[in-house]
Amino acid sequence: MAELTQVFKVPESIKKGSKFSFCPGCDHGVAVRLVAEVLDELGIRDNSILVASIGCSVTLYDFLEVDSLEAPHGRALAEATGIKRARPDKVVFTYQGDGDFASIGMAESLHCALRGENVTAICINNTTYGMTGGQLGPTTLLGQVTTTSPTGRNIDYYGYPVKIAEHIALCDGTAYSARVSLDSVPNIKKAKAAIKKAFENQLNGVGFSFVEILSTCPTNWKKTPQQAHARVREEMMPVYKLGVYKDITENN
Amino acid sequence: MTECMEKTSEKVLTKGNYAIANAAVKAGCECYFGYPITPQSEIGEFMSGKMQELKRAYVSAESELAAINMVLGACSTGAKAMTSSSSCAVALMQEALSYAAADELPVVLVSVMRGGPGLGNIYPSQGDYNQSTIGGGDGDYKLIVLAPSTVQECADLTYKAFYLAHKYKNPTILLADGLLGQMMEPVEFKKYPYPEVDNSDWALTGAKGRRARVIRSYAPKAENQCEFLKRLHAKYDLIAQNETDWEEINTEDADIILVSFGSPARNAKSAMRKAREMGIKVGVLRPITLFPFPSKRISELANTAKKFISVEVNMGQMIRDVKLAVNGRAQVELLNRPVGTPPSVEEIVEKLKKESGIV
Repeated sequence: MAELTQVFKVPESIKKGSKFSFCPGCDHGVAVRLVAEVLDELGIRDNSILVASIGCSVTLYDFLEVDSLEAPHGRALAEATGIKRARPDKVVFTYQGDGDFASIGMAESLHCALRGENVTAICINNTTYGMTGGQLGPTTLLGQVTTTSPTGRNIDYYGYPVKIAEHIALCDGTAYSARVSLDSVPNIKKAKAAIKKAFENQLNGVGFSFVEILSTCPTNWKKTPQQAHARVREEMMPVYKLGVYKDITENN
Repeated sequence: MTECMEKTSEKVLTKGNYAIANAAVKAGCECYFGYPITPQSEIGEFMSGKMQELKRAYVSAESELAAINMVLGACSTGAKAMTSSSSCAVALMQEALSYAAADELPVVLVSVMRGGPGLGNIYPSQGDYNQSTIGGGDGDYKLIVLAPSTVQECADLTYKAFYLAHKYKNPTILLADGLLGQMMEPVEFKKYPYPEVDNSDWALTGAKGRRARVIRSYAPKAENQCEFLKRLHAKYDLIAQNETDWEEINTEDADIILVSFGSPARNAKSAMRKAREMGIKVGVLRPITLFPFPSKRISELANTAKKFISVEVNMGQMIRDVKLAVNGRAQVELLNRPVGTPPSVEEIVEKLKKESGIV
C-alpha cells in the first residue's frame, strides 16, 4: 500500500480548534488563511505582533496564534507604529477593512506610509461596512446600492470612491503597494505572493508595504458566493484595477 | 575664581515643561509620541532632540489621535511610553484613554491645562479637572491623576506616573497647568526612585514558546463584560487604598480648610500663613492624587472643620468631590478664577477674614 502524504492542512499559525465566524462565502476566510500560510512559510509567527482593527476584521485575533492588540477604529497603523518603534525586531502587521483603513483611519494610514514605517498593512476592500449591516463606505462604487445609499451612490450626495492602492503608492515612504483579488485560484495565488512580498519587505527593512485585497460581502451584497465573485470581476475590477502600483525592490 | 565656579547644589533652574520632559527621560521613557500645542510644546521639543540622541523612539505624530494610539501600541509591548498635550487636544485622546483603561495599558499622558472650552486661550487653567478625573471616553473607567504644585513636583510626579502606570497597568495622567509648565524654579533631578515593574506575564513579545496573547476590550457576551468591570473596579479600589496622596497643613484645629490642587494651592498656603498670623484657624488640604481623591481624609476633617473652601482656576469642578466627601456635614464654598492666574493671596485672605468675622 502506498504511503499517504498530507498535501493540505490547517496552517500552524491558525489557532487550534478555531472556527471562522465569517459569513458563508465571505473572502475574509481565504485572506486570513493566506496570511497564516505566509507567516508559516516565513517562520515568523512567534516573532510577530498583529494589530487588529474594528469591523469584521476585529475577530482576527481569535483565529491567528499570534500576539495581538486591538486598535480603536481607524488607528491600527498608529498602534503598529508605536509597536514597531518600541520593538523594531518584531514583525508588525495590521489587518483592516476599507472603512477602517481609508475612511476613519485615512490620516493614520497615509502618514504611516509617508513616514515609511517598516510595517505590513493588509486592507480588505469589500465596498461596504459589513459588520454594521452594509452601509456606504469610502470604496462603495458609483451607483452601488447600500443601506445608506438607497438609490445608489451618486456624486452629488456622496462624492467619489477612493482608490486606496494608488494613493498609498504615491507616498514616498511606501516600498510596496499592490491590489489583488480572491475571485479565482490564479488570483488567490497572486494574492498570496503579494502578501508574502509585503512581509519579506519588512524583514528586509525596506519600508511600508501594503496589499489591498478585493473581497466579497455576499450577505450585504445579497448575492450567492458565485454571484459575489462575479461582481468582483465585473464591477469592482474595472474601477479597482489589479496590479502592483509600487515596488521599490523591483530592480534589485 | 574656581571657588565660585564650584557646584554647590544639585539643583538646576528650569521650566516645568522641561522638568517633566527631563524626568521622563530619566524615568526610562523609551518612546515619545507627540503633536504640538501651547502651553506644553517645550516637552515635545526637548524630547525630539534628547530621544534621538539616546537612540530612543520619537515620532512627530500626524495628530493627537495618532500620538496617543502610538503610545497604546508601544505600551502593549511593555515599553515605557508617553505623550503630552493640552486641554482641547487631550479631548481628542479620550477614546484611546478609554481603550487603554480597558486594555490595561500603562499609558502616561502629560496634560498641561489651558483655558477652554473649545479653543479657549493659552492662559493657565484647571478646567480639565473633570476631563481627567471623570473623563470623556466611553464606559466605566478610571485614570490615575497626579497633580504637581511646584516644578520640583513636576519632575517627581513624572517619575511616579511611570511607576504607577506600570504597577497597576492603568493609564496615568500628570495634570499640570500652563503656569507650572512655563514657570522656572530650581529642581533636583534625583535618580528614578521606583523599582522596575515586571511585565513579562502580559506584554506582547511574539508568541514564542507560549500561547498567543491578545490585548483586547471587545467582549460580546454581557456576563463577560460584567465580570471584567468588577475586576477593573476592584483594581481601582486597590489603587485608592494604596496610592491616595495629599499634603495637609494646620488642619487639626482648623475651622476653615482650603482645598486646592496644583498651582493655586501655593497661594492658598501663603494665605493660610497670613490668616494664621491674624488668629484665623485655617488649614490647607492639597490633593496630590486627584484620582484617587483624598475623600476619606476630607470626610474625617468634616467632623471638626466648619467650612471647606475649594480654591480652583475654573468654574468649580473639584468642589463636587469635596462636597461628596463632606456629605453635608460642613459648609463647602468655592473661591475661583474662571481662567488665568489663580486667586491671589490677598483675595484668599480677604475671604478668610470675612468668613471669620474680621473685616
